[in-house]
Amino acid sequence: MSQFLGFAIPGIPYGCTYAIVAVGLVLTYQATGVFNFAFGAQAYTSAFVFTKLVQNDGMPVWLAFVLSVVVLAPILGLALDRFLFRKIPNTNTTAKLVTGISLFVGIPSLLPVLFGSQSQFNAPSILFNPNIVYFRLAGTPVNGIYLSSAVVTAAVLVAVVVLMRTTNLGLQMRGAVESRRLVQLDGVIAGKVVATAWAVSSLLAGLAGVLLAPIYGQLQAQDYAALLVAAFAAAAWASLRSMPIAAVVGILMGVASTLLQGYLPPDSTLSAAVLPSLPFIVLFGALLLVPGMRRLDDTKDPLASVDPPAPPTTATLRAPQLSKIIRRLWYLLLGAFIVSMLTWIPPTWENVFNEGLALSTIFLSIILITGMGGQLSLAQATLAGVGAFTAAQLANHLGLNLLVGALVGAALAAAVAVLLAVVSLRLKGLGLALMTIAAALFFDNSIFSLPSVSNGQTQTLRQRWIGLGVFNPNGHALFVLEILVLIIAVVGVLLVRKGTIGRFLTAMRGSEVAAAGLGINLTWQRVLIFALSGVVAGIGGTVLVIQQQAVNTALFNYEFSLVFVVIVVTTGVSTIEGAIQAGISFVVIQQLLTFLPARFGGNSLTIVLFAAGALTYAAHPEGILEYNKRRWTMRFERLLFAGSSDPPSREPAQMAGAGGGTTHHPVTGTTVDTVMVEPLAGHDPGSTR
Amino acid sequence: MSGVVGASGMGGGGAGSPLLSVQNVSKSFGGIAAVSQISFSVSAGESVGLVGPNGAGKTTLFNCICGQLRPEHGSVLLNGETITGLPVHRRSRLGIGRTYQRVEVFADMTVAEHLLVAERARRGDGRLWRDLCNLSAPRAEELAKVGAVLELVGISDQADIPVSSLGLGSCRLVELARALAAEPVLLLADEPSSGLDVTETRELATVLRTLQRERGMAVLLVEHDLAMVGAVVDRTIVMDLGSLVAEGTFEEVMADPAVRDAYLGVSA
Repeated sequence: MSQFLGFAIPGIPYGCTYAIVAVGLVLTYQATGVFNFAFGAQAYTSAFVFTKLVQNDGMPVWLAFVLSVVVLAPILGLALDRFLFRKIPNTNTTAKLVTGISLFVGIPSLLPVLFGSQSQFNAPSILFNPNIVYFRLAGTPVNGIYLSSAVVTAAVLVAVVVLMRTTNLGLQMRGAVESRRLVQLDGVIAGKVVATAWAVSSLLAGLAGVLLAPIYGQLQAQDYAALLVAAFAAAAWASLRSMPIAAVVGILMGVASTLLQGYLPPDSTLSAAVLPSLPFIVLFGALLLVPGMRRLDDTKDPLASVDPPAPPTTATLRAPQLSKIIRRLWYLLLGAFIVSMLTWIPPTWENVFNEGLALSTIFLSIILITGMGGQLSLAQATLAGVGAFTAAQLANHLGLNLLVGALVGAALAAAVAVLLAVVSLRLKGLGLALMTIAAALFFDNSIFSLPSVSNGQTQTLRQRWIGLGVFNPNGHALFVLEILVLIIAVVGVLLVRKGTIGRFLTAMRGSEVAAAGLGINLTWQRVLIFALSGVVAGIGGTVLVIQQQAVNTALFNYEFSLVFVVIVVTTGVSTIEGAIQAGISFVVIQQLLTFLPARFGGNSLTIVLFAAGALTYAAHPEGILEYNKRRWTMRFERLLFAGSSDPPSREPAQMAGAGGGTTHHPVTGTTVDTVMVEPLAGHDPGSTR
Repeated sequence: MSGVVGASGMGGGGAGSPLLSVQNVSKSFGGIAAVSQISFSVSAGESVGLVGPNGAGKTTLFNCICGQLRPEHGSVLLNGETITGLPVHRRSRLGIGRTYQRVEVFADMTVAEHLLVAERARRGDGRLWRDLCNLSAPRAEELAKVGAVLELVGISDQADIPVSSLGLGSCRLVELARALAAEPVLLLADEPSSGLDVTETRELATVLRTLQRERGMAVLLVEHDLAMVGAVVDRTIVMDLGSLVAEGTFEEVMADPAVRDAYLGVSA
């Protein structure tokens, strides 16, 4: 028994940290309707500023605490509400998720840009001294860290439960989360109530961040991200409703991890595989077994129908004459690009563009699954990694050419994607996002990290694996390979989009109920689009490692999955050119920023820029780039056709080429009834384009 | 009127056996019985009205027939075969078409595309190799059929308009046309006149009657516009609080004190 307690008690502080963050997630969800992916980033921000003020600027701990937690954290929360989340309709789960993910990847990248990349060490404790053993419990010493986390967890839990269950403010918060517009009709100032909720939940994030800081020797954003993911599991078991359950599950997870650590043989494969994956296994379990997680995205707002429909894409609005011009310009641009790459572009930039082409192929998989399939997957880098590692291993062990391996890798990535689709058949929106991120983390910690998969961290590719005498990474052959792969992938995606499957997917995005009612097998379509997306991601992953001439676990970790989504959402997830623009612009901006001072260079500022772009998703679900393209197209059209007696006719959508394309299409400037809103009730612009 | 819309799927039902048979179907939500022990049948080519006040359980019953809800008790049979365990898409391919109380359209599609999708879904199309070989462009016969159904419903002038630009009334007609494009043997129409003006409602009633008489399509109609129900149906079933309270011709049930009680709260 004493051995059991000896293993269990050290898990309590970790469990308490999971519990605090899980309670914070539930509070935010209950009070604002947002599953706050940014919670960990907010906690890290307060901890970063707190530690910097104390360690670097010599500020007293209490003053640093007041500034970083009591002042900064609520201000950050209020800003998030005022400038971002308030603009998102209650029912638009995708926009809330994308905004949260943008903050998740953007804030930790912004801090080094603002404050420099100097690491912060040994954060001070705000309550009890971590170096003092206050008492012993079943023989286990309880120091200040144990005591701080237990006391704060209990206090936080009591405070938020009392707030939500017994106060008028809590009641109004719960009402506002269902329908902000409806409680306004009852005389409640909903904006103020939700802003208060954001301030309170952000205060909690700041408190959690500062409290947890002393546990980590060095303050790193990754630790807070990992903590957040573990807290997802606890919050999921509570169906994002019950704070006490979230707290209990969080503490149990902490205890279970130290128990397993104690009882499993050290350095064993089982220990290496199970321990890091515990939170993801718990999250998997919640998503599969807790019925409440399947109903999260059911429309609750009775006034959802007042939300306007998502705007159409530029391509559907353009006049045919202009479309023709633009199509020719695209071909011209492609030709000029190919000729330039083969003639005068210097090797450094050729390498940059090659990386962009490989990323574009991976990003096409996001267009497939999110733009066409309406499903938000946060595991696309993982699927790319499955393809890449498979090809690399086949090359390593069997001497198989990487291009042949790419096909096997693509098949395996498709199989993983299908498995993911099958286990998450009953999930959508937030539930599916969590399931895919859990899968990504599982692969990061338990599959990609295995020596037999990744040979440690990096595996350098040998040229003969890429060989065939034609495709070697020297000269322009790599470019030829990458552009060919991308063109084939683009043509494939285009054919699927304009084919029957594309039409079925469009129908499903519009209304799953009606699509099934027509005879469309939703399950099959969903599995199919996951599989196709896996194939494209897998091939893209292999092409990327051929370009990099090495396969590295860091290329395909879950953070990249999130960054990928943020990048593609910025350029436009509903169009194929969105993927190409995303791939090319990401690497070009990254390369251009290397000319700036070191703290602005590299990934950080690039990610910040794209995260800022993705933050506009709520206002422009078609992508900020796509939105501006539409504006400029309309302006250009007005100039181009000014003075013409007839307004330019529009492209008859999708039916063109089938003999039915002669009708003039009055999308703009004509009178076709009034704009309808009710049929789009509950329609999620993010997931439907 | 075009002659392209006709009954398909499992056929029109054999003589003597009903096309649709609902047997002791019950469904409750959180202990509240939305539908309780409901039994009735619809013959091939018959038009049946399902009326009752709000909350009577009509849409829940529709959902049990279509497969969107699984009844706790009872069974649903189409042409004598039980379909209670089949998923929604399989029931649809057997010939059950549906329109919805809250309009369910595909926001990113034109009107004509709605019908094209319905036609292909009915056939179980959607093979990946066909798409990848660029063999999925709309065929002439598909377009002719789409055009005929649009003509029938009276919205052929809106064929290439994105549905997101249409008004509520037009969307109702798109829903109806989409359901008809799948050539159902049984059409479940859930408040199809909601959002339509008097003229449109009258035209809709004519379309439904024509389809039923000329094409042998059975119609199960949920409708609050009792004048429309009277104009369309052969027989009327009245539900209240999840139970069946009356059945007979429209005139008979309207004269029934139980029906008046259900609608008005008192027997008049």
